[in-house]
Amino acid sequence: MSEKELGQKWDRCLADGVIKLGTGLGLGIVFSVVFFKRRTWPITLGSGMGLGMAYANCQTDLRLHYLVPKKDQ
Amino acid sequence: MLRACVRAILVFLVVFFYSGGAAKVVTAGLMTVTGGIAGTILYAKWDHKFRETVEKNVPYSDRLLGLALGPAPQETGLSVKKQVRMCSEKLWLRCFEIPVSGFIQAFLQFVVFIVFHSEASTEVTHIISAISDVPSVPAPCDTEMTPVKGSTFQECKESAEPLKERPVEEVTARLAQQDLDEQEIVASVSGNLDDSLASSAKATLQAIGAQEAALQAIALHTQKLKEAMEAEVHSSKKSTQWKDLEACLANRAAAVNDAGTALLKANEALDNLKSVIDKSKGRNVPAVRPLVLAAEENLHKMVVDLDKVVNKVRSAESEAKVVSQYSELVNEAKLQFQREVSSLTPEIQANWKGLTGKLSTDDLNALIAHAHRRIDQLNRELAEQRVREQIHIDAALEQQKLEYLKSQEAAVNTSLQHIKEDARLEQERKLSELREVMEAEMRTQLRRQAAAHTDHVQDVLKVQEQELKAEAEQVLSSKLLEQETRQRQLSQEQLDNFTLDMNTAYARLKGVEEAIDSHVVAEEEARKAHQLWLSVEALNYTLKTAEAGSPTKPLEVAAQAVRDSCHDNEFALALASALPEESLQRGVYSEASLRARFYGLRSLVRRVALIDESHNSLYQYFLSYLQSALLFEAKQEAPPTQLSGEDLDPFKLLSYASYCLEHGDLELAAKLVNQLTGEARRVAEDWLNEARLTLETRQVVSLLSAYANAVGLGTTQAP
Repeated sequence: MSEKELGQKWDRCLADGVIKLGTGLGLGIVFSVVFFKRRTWPITLGSGMGLGMAYANCQTDLRLHYLVPKKDQ
Repeated sequence: MLRACVRAILVFLVVFFYSGGAAKVVTAGLMTVTGGIAGTILYAKWDHKFRETVEKNVPYSDRLLGLALGPAPQETGLSVKKQVRMCSEKLWLRCFEIPVSGFIQAFLQFVVFIVFHSEASTEVTHIISAISDVPSVPAPCDTEMTPVKGSTFQECKESAEPLKERPVEEVTARLAQQDLDEQEIVASVSGNLDDSLASSAKATLQAIGAQEAALQAIALHTQKLKEAMEAEVHSSKKSTQWKDLEACLANRAAAVNDAGTALLKANEALDNLKSVIDKSKGRNVPAVRPLVLAAEENLHKMVVDLDKVVNKVRSAESEAKVVSQYSELVNEAKLQFQREVSSLTPEIQANWKGLTGKLSTDDLNALIAHAHRRIDQLNRELAEQRVREQIHIDAALEQQKLEYLKSQEAAVNTSLQHIKEDARLEQERKLSELREVMEAEMRTQLRRQAAAHTDHVQDVLKVQEQELKAEAEQVLSSKLLEQETRQRQLSQEQLDNFTLDMNTAYARLKGVEEAIDSHVVAEEEARKAHQLWLSVEALNYTLKTAEAGSPTKPLEVAAQAVRDSCHDNEFALALASALPEESLQRGVYSEASLRARFYGLRSLVRRVALIDESHNSLYQYFLSYLQSALLFEAKQEAPPTQLSGEDLDPFKLLSYASYCLEHGDLELAAKLVNQLTGEARRVAEDWLNEARLTLETRQVVSLLSAYANAVGLGTTQAP
């Protein structure tokens, strides 16, 4: 069912976002604690990176159908 | 006009020289322009071709030129130069309007050709030929001559032409008539000639006889006279002699008179004959000629004889004259002597010879004296005479010569005439001979021609015979052929009719057989159709087994049944195999389930309405979601008959499709959903496929059922 596909995609996006965000956050916290003296910026960076990656992945996933595959020459 | 131009130019110049820089330029420009226009106008006035080109190429120039120069002259494409040429040529050639001999004309032509250009030469030749009415090829004098000759020829021909061939009977009639006429003429002429000849011959003979008689009488008389003069005869005999002489003289006179009258008559007759001959000559009939010729000859002979005799008579007469003169002189002397004697001796009478005894001596002496005197006188006279002899002889000779000349002339004339006459007669004779010869020759030639003609006619007849034979044969063969073909046609017709009958009978038999067979076949067909219909109905029923949300049973079995029931019907077979595989394997969804599904689909489509190939980022997704939240459209909207550009908006399409679905038109709804593009389309793809499947299957099944119905209806026999 093609109409279910979108929903699935969104689920994946969300899941992926959560994971990435969490991972990013975690890593940010870790890094902030371990390397950057409990500064805020690695956390935000990490979460931002995670969010961004999730965003990019989601977008790519949603766009996948429209991306023309490279023709192998 | 000229003054105005000069003034304008002066003004321009003044302005030019006394003006500033710009004004100078302006004035210079104006001057050049006006100068150019004036120059063009002047040149156009002189050269008309230039004017025409200007008028053609520059618009409205014709108005200007017309204003300045007047309307353009209407020419037939000839320039002034050419016109001048033409006029000069015409003038020159008009001098030669009298018919000129061909050579002079040719020379003229040549000269003209050399002097003027080739363009005009054709016109010149036209002019020459037009003026002189003679073709520009030399020698009209010949052509003038030949018409004259030709006319005379024609006249001769015309005179000869009316002599057509007369028909044979007419010709023979004419010839017979001509012969008759000729014969008549000949007879009449010959009669005339004979009559006149006879009369003239008689007269001539008479005249000749008379002349001869006269001649004899004259001769006799002269002889007698001579005798009387010279003979010393007895006195009694002398008187008888003198009486005889007188009788002879009388005789002679009578004979001469007779001869004269006879001669006159003969001359008359001869003149008559001559006139008759001339008349008959004038008749101009050939058969008469020999007669005429003979008559002429006779006439000539008679004339000659007559002349001879007349000559004889004249000579005799002249002799007689001499003798008579002599006798007269003697008589005169005698008389004189007697007178003298009587004067001397009056008593003594005449006839002194008988006086021997009667005279006295005185008388005798007187007589002797007288005789002596007389002798003296006579001697004197004799001497005189001797003296005058020569003169007299000369005179006599002269006279004789004159007379001789006269007679000679007369004789020469007569002989000349005779000779001329002879020659003429000879000529006529020769001419008639020649004419005969010619006639004979002509006859031979004509005979030859006739022979040639008969030969020719024979040949022509032969040829005609052959032609006619060939024609007749051809006609015969064609007729035979016709008959044959007709015969064949009839037989063929009969045969055809027979075969036709046979064929019809056979066809009917076949028809009957076929009808029976077809009945059997029809029944079979009916059974089959029935079966088909049943199977199709089964198929239809399986379609209805769809439950909500789940598809029907697979249609494979029913389809197989259908296929089995129609394995010899291609159309049904094709239709049966046209069922989509999905429907066969999996079954199809019902319309209701699709409709239900549509509503879920609808919200989803609304949410991704803005997403397509280019707009598919997350932000776009967000926007699309926002739009779907904020935009409200009608739940259901009747679709128009034609979709326009603004109807392709997804929201509108969805409302149209829901309307269609509500009204049971799945097809239109599918069509409308098909118009979605982009992500919306992708999302609706599955639904669309399902809808398509269902529609297909339903279509096929309906077709099959319709076909089965039709077949069933077809096979049932209508009462």
